[in-house]
Amino acid sequence: MFLRDLPMLFVLGGLVLYATLAGADFGAGFWQLFAGRGAKGAHVREHAHEAMAPVWEANHVWLIFVLTVFWTSYPTAFGSIASTLAVPLFIAGIGIIFRGAAYALRSATEVPREQRMIDTAFSLASILTPFALGTIAGAIADGRVPVGNAKGDQFTSWLNPVAITIGVLAVVFSSYLAAVFLAADAVRAGDEELARSFRLRALGAGLVAGAVAVVGLIVLHHDVHPLYHELVAGRGLPAVLVSLVFGVGTLALVVVRRFEWSRYTAAVAVAAIVAGWALAQEPRLLPGLTVQQAAAGHDTLVAVVVAVIGGGLLLFPSLALLFSLTLRGHVGHIGPAPEGVAAVPPPHGPLDVLRPASAGLLARAAVACFVVGLGFLTAADAAWAHVIGVLALFAFIAIGFRAALLLPAADEAATSADPPPTP
Amino acid sequence: MSAVLGAALGPVQQHYLDEARQMQALSFAVHIPLVCFGVAFPLMVLVAEWLNLRTGDGLYRTLARRWTRIMVALFAIGVITGTILSFELGLLWPNFTATFGNVFGLGFAIEGFSFFMEAIFIGIYVYGWERMPPRWHFVSGIPIVITGFTGSMMVIAVNGWMNHPGGYRMVNGKAVDVHPWKALFGNSFFWHELVHMYIAAFIVAGFCVAATYAFGRLRGNWGRYERTAIAIPLTLAVIAAPAQLLVGDWAAREVATKQPVKLAAIEGLGKTTKSAPEHLLGWYDKKDGKVKYGIEIPYLLSLLSFHNPTATVKGLDSVPPDDRPGPVNVVRFAFQTMVGIGSLLAVLAVFTLWVRWRRRRLPITPWFYRGLVLAGPLSIVALIAGWITTEVGRQPWIVYGVMRTNAAVTGAGGVPVGYGILALVYLGVACAVVWILRRLARAPLDAHADSLPTAPVA
Repeated sequence: MFLRDLPMLFVLGGLVLYATLAGADFGAGFWQLFAGRGAKGAHVREHAHEAMAPVWEANHVWLIFVLTVFWTSYPTAFGSIASTLAVPLFIAGIGIIFRGAAYALRSATEVPREQRMIDTAFSLASILTPFALGTIAGAIADGRVPVGNAKGDQFTSWLNPVAITIGVLAVVFSSYLAAVFLAADAVRAGDEELARSFRLRALGAGLVAGAVAVVGLIVLHHDVHPLYHELVAGRGLPAVLVSLVFGVGTLALVVVRRFEWSRYTAAVAVAAIVAGWALAQEPRLLPGLTVQQAAAGHDTLVAVVVAVIGGGLLLFPSLALLFSLTLRGHVGHIGPAPEGVAAVPPPHGPLDVLRPASAGLLARAAVACFVVGLGFLTAADAAWAHVIGVLALFAFIAIGFRAALLLPAADEAATSADPPPTP
Repeated sequence: MSAVLGAALGPVQQHYLDEARQMQALSFAVHIPLVCFGVAFPLMVLVAEWLNLRTGDGLYRTLARRWTRIMVALFAIGVITGTILSFELGLLWPNFTATFGNVFGLGFAIEGFSFFMEAIFIGIYVYGWERMPPRWHFVSGIPIVITGFTGSMMVIAVNGWMNHPGGYRMVNGKAVDVHPWKALFGNSFFWHELVHMYIAAFIVAGFCVAATYAFGRLRGNWGRYERTAIAIPLTLAVIAAPAQLLVGDWAAREVATKQPVKLAAIEGLGKTTKSAPEHLLGWYDKKDGKVKYGIEIPYLLSLLSFHNPTATVKGLDSVPPDDRPGPVNVVRFAFQTMVGIGSLLAVLAVFTLWVRWRRRRLPITPWFYRGLVLAGPLSIVALIAGWITTEVGRQPWIVYGVMRTNAAVTGAGGVPVGYGILALVYLGVACAVVWILRRLARAPLDAHADSLPTAPVA
C-alpha cells in the first residue's frame, strides 16, 4: 500500500535536505577548527560563521521534521531505534546544545580570545554531532537495532566498523559540502582569496570523501553482505552510479570554479546516496520489521500526509524567500547592502495612543471587555460562553495594552521629570 | 478504561524511573521560560519597531534593535533546549512514543512546521535590519508572532491529550482506530491549558524584561530610553496579569470536572466531601487524608469548583491508592505557589494601572521598582510551579488513566549518567545566557545600534 510508504519518502527527503543544508552548517564548524592562525584564520572563521548564521536554525529544523514524521508514522520503529541508540542520540543532542549556544554566545563576544574559545567549542560539537548521527544511520543499515525497548546492545550497535565508517563519512561529507558552499559565498562576497582557499579545501575534502566511501563499501562487504550486494549489483546500483557521477561532476565544477552550480550537484550526490541506501534496504526497516508493518493506521498516515503537504505549501515559499533574500544581500552580512532600503520613513506625527481623549475611550472599552470576560468565563458554565469569555479577555489585553501604554514624549529631557530614586 | 501494562515494545525494567522523570522535568524547566520569551518577545520588539515607523523617532528603532539581539540569543537557546525535549521523547519514553506516536505525533509534526516558519522569519527579521525596506522588515516579523502561538498550541494540544486522552481504541496494548485530528483538537481539555500558558508567556516575558529596567532605575538609570523600554513590557504584563486570574479559575474548574483526582491532590482532599472547604497552606497528612495546620475556609472549594457551595468534590479515595499521585504535598505547594505569586502579580498590576489612570505616569516610589525586580524571577517560579502542578498531578499516569509512567520509560541503562551530563551542560548554558544578557545590556546605547548582531571582525 503506497500510503504506508509515503511518510518514509518524506522522512528520506527530509534526511537529504538535512544532510545537505545542515551538513554544510556542520562542515562550516569543521573548517573553523582548521582555519589556521592569525588574521587569515580569523577571516576564514568569520566567513564560515557569517554565511551560516542567518540560516542555521532553519537548516536545523529538518532534523525535527524527520523525527516527528518518523515517530508519528512508524512509532514502534522509532521507539526501538531511540532506545537502543540512546547513547549516540544523546551525544548528538549535547552537540546540538553546544552549537546553538555557540551561535548565541558569539553575538555577544567582544574580544578575539573569547571568539576563539567559542569557535573551538562550536567546531568540536560540529564534528561530534554529524558523527553521532551518522553512526545512527549506520547502525540501522547494519541491522543492529532489533524491535523492542532497548533490545539492542547499547554500545556495539553503533560502535562497529560499518556505523563508525558512516559516521566518519558524515563528517567528511559535511566538510566537503561546506567548503563548496563557502567558496560560492566567497565569490558572491567578491573575496577572491577566500574563494581560492575554500576551493582547495573542497577539492581535498572531496577526494577524502570519495576514499571514505570506497572504504565504506569494503567494510559493508565484510559486515552486511546483503546490503552490499544490493548496493553494487541490485536495486541500489543506479543510485550509487548517479551519486558517483554527480560526486565526480561536483569536483570537476569546483576545479573550473563553477561554485554556484556545484552546490546543486553536491546536493544530488547526497540525495543519491540516501536513495541508494533506502533502495538497498527496502522493504526492511528494522530486522523482522518492514516499513509496511511498522506504519501507523490509515487515519494517522492521511493526517501526516495532509500536514506535510499543507505545511510544505507554507514552508517552501518561505524558505525560498529566506534563501533568495540571503543571496540578494537583503539578509545577512555578505556583499554590499542593496541601495535605498535603509531610509527611515517620514514621521507621521504624534501617536494616537498619546491623545488623552482616545485613550479614555480605549480604557473604557478595555474595562468593558474585562467585565464581559468575567461574566462569560467565570460566572457562566457553558462551553460556548467560555469561548466568548476568552475572546473578550484577549480583546481586553489588546485594547488595554494600547490604552495603558505610557510613552515618554520625544521632547522630554533625557533625565526624567520623575524625581530620581534615592541612592 | 483498561491500563496498558506491556505497551507496544513490551514490559520494561528500569531502576532509575525517578531520575528519568527528573531529567525530563529539568529539561522542561529550562525550556519553558525560553518559550515565554519566544512567544512574547517578538511582539514587544514589533511594538517598538511599529512606534519607530509611526513616529520616525530613532529611539524606538534603537530599542527594537537592541531587543532583537536579546531575542535572537534567547531563541537560539530555545531551539536547542526544545530539540533536547523532542529527543527525550525517544530517549526516555520510547514505549510512550512507540505506543501512542500515531495518536499524538501529528501535533509535533505540525509544531515542526510552525517552528520551521518561525526560524525562517527570525532569520529574515534579525539579519534583515538595514538591508530591507523598513515596512517589509516590520511585516517579516509578524509571522514570528503567529508561529509562536501556533507552535505552543501544538505542544499544548499534545499535553492536553496526555491529560485527557481520546480519539483511539486500545487493543492488545496497541492504539488502533486512531483519529489524530479528533484526539488532539477535538479535545475539550486543551483550550484552557493553551490560553493559560499563552497569557503566562506575556506575564513572564513582560515582568522579566521590566524587572531589568526597574533594577536599572534603582541604580539611577532612568533616561527617556529606559522609560520607554520599561513601558512596553510592563504594560503588557500588567494587562495580562489580572486576565490570568480569570483564566486560572476557569482552568481549575475544568480540572475539577475532568481530572477530579488531580484536583483532590491540589487541594489535599483525602475523602470525597460534600460542601468541601478550601485549605490555604498547611500540610497534607497521608495517614489521615487531611490537611493539617492549614487555614480552612468552609464551602469555598465546592463553590470554586462547581459554583455550588454544597457540591460534592471527589477526594483521593475515589480511586485505588496505586492510581493516586504520590507526592500530594508537592502538587499542593506547587499549586499554592502559583496562585499566590499570580495574585501578588495581579495586585502589582492593578496598582500600576491605578497610578497610570489617576496620575498619568509610572509609579514613583522605589518600593514599586523593588517589587518589580522581584516580580521577574517570581513570575518564572509561578510558571514552573504551574507545570509541576499539572504534570506531577497527572502521575502515576503518562497518559491519564491509560498508560503508567513506569510502563513508558526506556529500558536503556545509564539514565543517571545522562541526567548528570545534561544537568552540567544546562548549568553551563544558564551561565552562558546570563553572560550574554549582561554583555548585551552593557553595550552603550549608540554603539551597536547600527551594527548587525554579530561580533566585530577580530
